[in-house]
Amino acid sequence: MRHTLVALMEDKPGVLNRVASLFRRRNFNIESLTVGHSEMPGISRMTIVTEGDGRTVEQVVKQLYKLINVTKVTDVTHDATVIRELALIKVHATSHNRAEILQLVDIFRAQVVDVAVNSLTIEITGDEDKVDGFIALLRPYGIMEMARTGRVVMLRGSNGTK
Amino acid sequence: MKLTGAHILWQSLVKEGVDAVFGISGGAVVHLFHALPEYPIHFVLMRHEQAAAHAADGYARATGKVGVCIATSGPGATNLVTGIATAHMDSSPVLAITGQVRTYLIGKDAFQETDITGITLPITKHNYLVTSVEELAMTVKEAVHIARTGRPGPVLIDIAFDVQAAETEYIYPDSVDLPGYKPTYVGNPRQIRQAAALINRAQRPIILAGRGINLAGAHEELRALVEKTHIPVATTLLGKSCIPESHELCLGMVGMHGEAFVNRAVQDADLIIAIGMRFSDRVTGNLATFAPKAQIVHIDLDPAEIGKNVTVDLPIVGDAKQVLAELALLVEPGERADWLAQIAEWREDSSQHDILNRDFEELLPQYVIRQIYEVTDGQALMVSDVGQNQMWEAQYYRHCQLNSLYTSGGLGTMGFALPAAIGAKMGRPEELVWVTAGDGGFQMNIQELATVAQEKLPLKIAILNNGYLGMVRQWQQFFFEGRYSGTPLLGPDFAKVAEAYSIKGLTVTEKAQVRPAIEEALAHNGPVVIDFRIEQEENVYPMVPAGGSISDMIRRPAPAT
Repeated sequence: MRHTLVALMEDKPGVLNRVASLFRRRNFNIESLTVGHSEMPGISRMTIVTEGDGRTVEQVVKQLYKLINVTKVTDVTHDATVIRELALIKVHATSHNRAEILQLVDIFRAQVVDVAVNSLTIEITGDEDKVDGFIALLRPYGIMEMARTGRVVMLRGSNGTK
Repeated sequence: MKLTGAHILWQSLVKEGVDAVFGISGGAVVHLFHALPEYPIHFVLMRHEQAAAHAADGYARATGKVGVCIATSGPGATNLVTGIATAHMDSSPVLAITGQVRTYLIGKDAFQETDITGITLPITKHNYLVTSVEELAMTVKEAVHIARTGRPGPVLIDIAFDVQAAETEYIYPDSVDLPGYKPTYVGNPRQIRQAAALINRAQRPIILAGRGINLAGAHEELRALVEKTHIPVATTLLGKSCIPESHELCLGMVGMHGEAFVNRAVQDADLIIAIGMRFSDRVTGNLATFAPKAQIVHIDLDPAEIGKNVTVDLPIVGDAKQVLAELALLVEPGERADWLAQIAEWREDSSQHDILNRDFEELLPQYVIRQIYEVTDGQALMVSDVGQNQMWEAQYYRHCQLNSLYTSGGLGTMGFALPAAIGAKMGRPEELVWVTAGDGGFQMNIQELATVAQEKLPLKIAILNNGYLGMVRQWQQFFFEGRYSGTPLLGPDFAKVAEAYSIKGLTVTEKAQVRPAIEEALAHNGPVVIDFRIEQEENVYPMVPAGGSISDMIRRPAPAT
């Protein structure tokens, strides 16, 4: 089963390397990993999506805690969460089909962020299913380039993962 | 007061109680060596950096203090790697100091540059690259703290060359602030009560005791628990000597080369109380068939060990000393006479398979170890190498002194024993220290005889010389059609090699010479190497084939009639 972990860690050189190295060494899978600043100065927030049974993921959490720079790890898989991912998609667009594509953009509440003679660059935000669905619809037009951020997640309500 | 980085390092280590450092000098640590003579630290010049790391490890195992090794950048640092990995697998508090190229040269492939923090990432508890002298004092404080607290382990500090020479105001912090590092020492009281209830109900309980007891110094607490409940104790290799092996409730070693009756007791137990051990594959054999009737209580300081290899019925995260003391108060006294009688019966069967209970004329390694045990009364500190010799030491030396066996258990590093014994002897000079090694492993760090001679360390060194990489040869005999590929070994005349280092050398070729040679070695006021030319194709029995069930051991064949 797919698990989502939120890890808080000191923002120091090499910390991302320590986490990535841990997953490789212990033979854990990473499906996606995003990292950026948190609300606390000097603390980074990482969202990790990993595939494994309960026991494996429990090991992942415990092994992450063994890293000196990691201060908090939460498995939010079974919590009510807001999950978002951002994708930038450059799709082939001609004068004939541009209107069709813009309709799709509208339906998915995506945004066109760049226009060129033969292409549109579209930004979409949502959970993975929404992004996957949008990409599937764009594929027939010819996707020239794509960048996805991977999942970021936050608990619903006033509780934090601190 | 302003100090250079080099002075800050040594001054801080002195404050942390460091009195010995093992290592080799080099270009990127020359500032450190320049400052070293100003401090009350005994420097031991090793002949290879791997040996320096093992010596620091041996010192740490023998004293419980942090063992420190030092090496230069590049090849000096990479040579430490095997020793650091050895310490990591066996949870030894080792501090490795390495020099790094100048800050502005880092990443430029400078002469003798290597990314040692990157290389040692998976084999250290934590590591640091210091590129500013202002960080150095706090880094040393944190590194020592991390190495020796919680589940101990090696920590490496890589110090750029210019940082060693740069000056700053020296203020040594008296505490650390590590929000992500808070070991749990006190066991959960509810879980301890539940463990006591399980113990009180158990008919056939057994304790599996590991290195965690030796690390925590929980010897008295273990003994008190055992004597109150009459629960027999099986130990892992590194758990040996956590209870005197002369104790009637100490069964000996479990696992691949444990005695058959010990494995049988584990397989038949209804409750396993595992303390400070990690259910290594060498202990459990095939997990699917391991201890099928037992509930498992697992007590360990490292939460990640719980549930890693086996499913645990009751976990207790905490320091063995504290948890066992609590547990001993809550359990009911018990006799467990039936269970102990059953084990005694199995023990009798094991004893009949023991080669030493048969007639033999050959020079057998088991006999050599048993004689060393008898002559030293089980009181020596034993430092064993890896392979057949290690298992014979474990099977035939009965450790009566607590925490008295130092060996590479997890990593299985050949060449460990001689340099680790140097560290152990430096740490506990009043103790008698024996090295037991095979001819293969001994040659992997044989150069350290020079260190032994230079430091005038009266080590007693027994080489069990069978002319093979014996453990692999044994596997080849059992499982690979007897094809001895890459295992026959032509060694030197070890006694002559010893003499070349001004160390007394003896050669023993017959059974009758064994005891006199050991006595002669002990009578000699200095280091001695004894080359025991043992029976070449003697095997370690019993044996669980790798991945097999520990119920299913290869036993010594009956003698030909």
